[in-house]
Amino acid sequence: MPKKSFREAVNEALRQEMERDPTVILMGEDVAGGMGAPGEDDAWGGPLGVTKGLMPRFGRERVLDTPISESAFVGAAVGAAATGLRPVAELMFVDFMGVCFDQIFNQAAKFRYMFGGKATTPLVVRTMYGAGFRAASQHSQCLYNIFTHIPGLKVAIPSNAYEAKGLLIQAIRDDDPVMFFEHKAMYDEEAEVPDEPYTIPFGEANVAREGEDVTVVALGRMVNFANEAADRLEGEGISCTVVDLRTTSPLDRETVLETAEETGRVVVVDEAHPRCSMAADIAALIAQEAFDALRAPVRMVTAPHAPVPFSPALEDLYIPGPDRIVEAVREVHGYGRG
Amino acid sequence: MSAAIEAVVMPKWGLAMQEGMLAAWLVEEGETIAKGQEIAEIETSKIANVFESPAAGLLRRRVAAAGETLPVGALLAVLAPESVSEAEIDRFVADFRERFAAALASGATEAAPEPRTVEAGGRRIRYLEVGAGEGPPVVFVHGFGGDLSSWTLNQEALAAAHRTLALDLPGHGGSDKALATGSLEELAAAVAAFLEALAIPRAHLVGHSLGGAVAMRLALDRPAAVASLTLVAPAGFGAEIESGYLEGFLREKRARKLRPVLEMLVRDPAGISREMVEEVLRYKRLDGVPEALSRIVEACFAGGRQRIDLRPRIGELPMPVQLLWGREDRILPVRHAEGLPETVTVTILEDCGHLAHMEKAAECNAAIARILTRA
Repeated sequence: MPKKSFREAVNEALRQEMERDPTVILMGEDVAGGMGAPGEDDAWGGPLGVTKGLMPRFGRERVLDTPISESAFVGAAVGAAATGLRPVAELMFVDFMGVCFDQIFNQAAKFRYMFGGKATTPLVVRTMYGAGFRAASQHSQCLYNIFTHIPGLKVAIPSNAYEAKGLLIQAIRDDDPVMFFEHKAMYDEEAEVPDEPYTIPFGEANVAREGEDVTVVALGRMVNFANEAADRLEGEGISCTVVDLRTTSPLDRETVLETAEETGRVVVVDEAHPRCSMAADIAALIAQEAFDALRAPVRMVTAPHAPVPFSPALEDLYIPGPDRIVEAVREVHGYGRG
Repeated sequence: MSAAIEAVVMPKWGLAMQEGMLAAWLVEEGETIAKGQEIAEIETSKIANVFESPAAGLLRRRVAAAGETLPVGALLAVLAPESVSEAEIDRFVADFRERFAAALASGATEAAPEPRTVEAGGRRIRYLEVGAGEGPPVVFVHGFGGDLSSWTLNQEALAAAHRTLALDLPGHGGSDKALATGSLEELAAAVAAFLEALAIPRAHLVGHSLGGAVAMRLALDRPAAVASLTLVAPAGFGAEIESGYLEGFLREKRARKLRPVLEMLVRDPAGISREMVEEVLRYKRLDGVPEALSRIVEACFAGGRQRIDLRPRIGELPMPVQLLWGREDRILPVRHAEGLPETVTVTILEDCGHLAHMEKAAECNAAIARILTRA
C-alpha cells in the first residue's frame, strides 16, 4: 500500500470529495494564494501547502481565497452550508477562532436545533492546532476541548495520515458542522493510506494496541507519543492498551470504559492545558462510571496551565512527551503494590 | 567442527512477509528435535502459525526470545551435536549476526512484488503475478471478503515452477467495487474477462470458498479454458453456511467485535493476527465495499442458506478436479465434501478450519502441485 504524508492524505480527501460531489467547496485565507496579485496562481495552497493543487484543478469558483477576516468567511461558510453547499473552511490557526465564536457556537451549532430539525449545516472547519512549531502562544494552542463542550458540533482529531483521510471524508459527508483538527507538527508524518476513498465513522475510538497492565487514552499527536511510551514500557515488562479517541464529540464512552475496566489503571494524555480539558473529561467519566474497576487513581498527562512559551527550550518542556507518559504509567502501574 | 552447527532462521512465509514475530518457543534447549517437528509459533502480518523445524538435531541454543520481531532470515536457534563447545556456538552466533547485518545493510533482501491493475470487462481488476513457467498459469480466486493476499502462503511456493496470478474479485481488494447483482455468474464472468484481458486462454484455477464456486462456475461455462480445478472448502456443495459469520463480517466495525467473527475461520483462534483484523476493517471502510458485500450475500447466501448449488454438475467437468477441506471448518461443513463422484479427488485436512490454504499451506501447495502434473 502506498505511503502518504498527513498533508497528502488531507489533500487527497479534499480532492476526491470535490470530484465526487460538486457542492463541496473550499474557503480560507490563501487556500490557493495569489488572488488579485500578479505572479503565481496557487502560490500557497494554505499556509503549509495542504490545499496546493486544488485551485488549478477545480477553479477559483470552488477554491475561494478569502479576506483576512475569519468572522466574515466562517460566517459565509456557515450560511453556504445552511443553503445547500458543503463548504470546507480553513481556519488557519485554531487560536484565531475567538473572532468567529458566534458564527460557530451560536449559529452553525444551533441551526438544526433552533429550526426543529428542518435545517442542516454540513460544514467542515479545518484548523491547525498544537505546539512544537516555534510559533508561540497565539499559534500553538489545542482548544478542541472548547468545541467539544458545545452541543451541535462534532470534533475530529486524527492521529495519523490514514486516520486523517478517512475522518475528513466522513466529516465532509456528515450533515452536521464538524471541527477538524490537524496538528501542524504532523504534516510530514507518513502512513499507509489507500488510494481509494474511505470513511472512518465518528464516535468509534481505535484501540491502537492492546495490553494488560495500564490503559493509556490519548488523542491527536499524543497517540504517537503514547505508542512510543508503550514500546519503551514493553521492555520493562509493562504492557499498555492505547486508545485513540479519534473524535471527542461524539465520544466513544463504551471503548474508554471497557478498556479502563480491563486494566483498572488509566493514564489520559492530552496536549491541552489541564483545566476543563479532554483529559479531565475522560478522567471524570472513568471515575464516575468505572470506579469499582479502578486499582489506582486516574493520572492526567497534559501541558501546564500556562501559555505556550516562545523559547524553544521551554516549549519542548511544555509539550507532554513520551518521557512523561512513561513516568505516569510507571506510577499508576506501581500504585498499591507496596 | 563448525560444519556440524546448523542455523534455524526466521522463515519466509509468502511473498509479502518481510519479518515475523516469534510468539512462543515450543521446544527447550537441550531437546533433540526432528525435522518437521513444531518448534515455535510465529506471527506475521497475515497469520500466526506453527513453525516446523527445517532440520533435525540437538537444540543447543534459542537465540531469539519470545516476543521478538525479526526480519526473514534472522537467526532463531542453533542446532549442534553435544561435542560442539559453547564457545564455538558463541562464535557461530556472532559470525552469523555479523554476516546477516551486512546482508541487510547492502539491501540483499529482495523487495516484495507489487500488484498491478488491468481493465477487464469494463472494470479495473487488481492482480499479483509471480513466477514464470511452461504451460497454463495458475490463477488463484479468493473467497468472500478476501483479496489476493489470501494466497500469500501459496503463490510463492507454486511460483518456483509456474507463472501464477492472484486476482481481487470485483468488490474486493484493489479492484473496482461496483457489482450489478453480486451473483456467481457476474463474478465468474469477471474472472473470465480478466483472463481474456491478459490473453490467458487456459489456466489452472484454484479457488477458496466463494472463490471456489466462482472457479467451478467458470469451468462449467468454459471447460476449454480451465486446465485443472482445485477447490478449497468451496461454496456450492450444500445448503448450510455459518450465517453468523456472514452477518458478523458485514456488521462489525470495531476490531474487538470483528475478531471473534474472524476467529470462526480458523481452528486455532490465535491464528488470526491483529493486523489481519485491522486489514479487514480497513477494507470494509472503502467506498462501495459494504454495498458490494451485501449484494453478494443477497445473491448467493440470502437467509443464511447457500443459494448456489454446483454439486449436481461436478461430474460434467472434463478436467482434473480436486477438493481440499479442513476437518474442523466452521463456515462450510466438511461433510459437503462427501458423496462426490470418484473422479474428484478429495483431501480432508486434519486440525484445520476454513482457511485450509493458510492453516495447512504446505499440504495444500503439495496437492496443487500434484494436480498440475496430472492436467
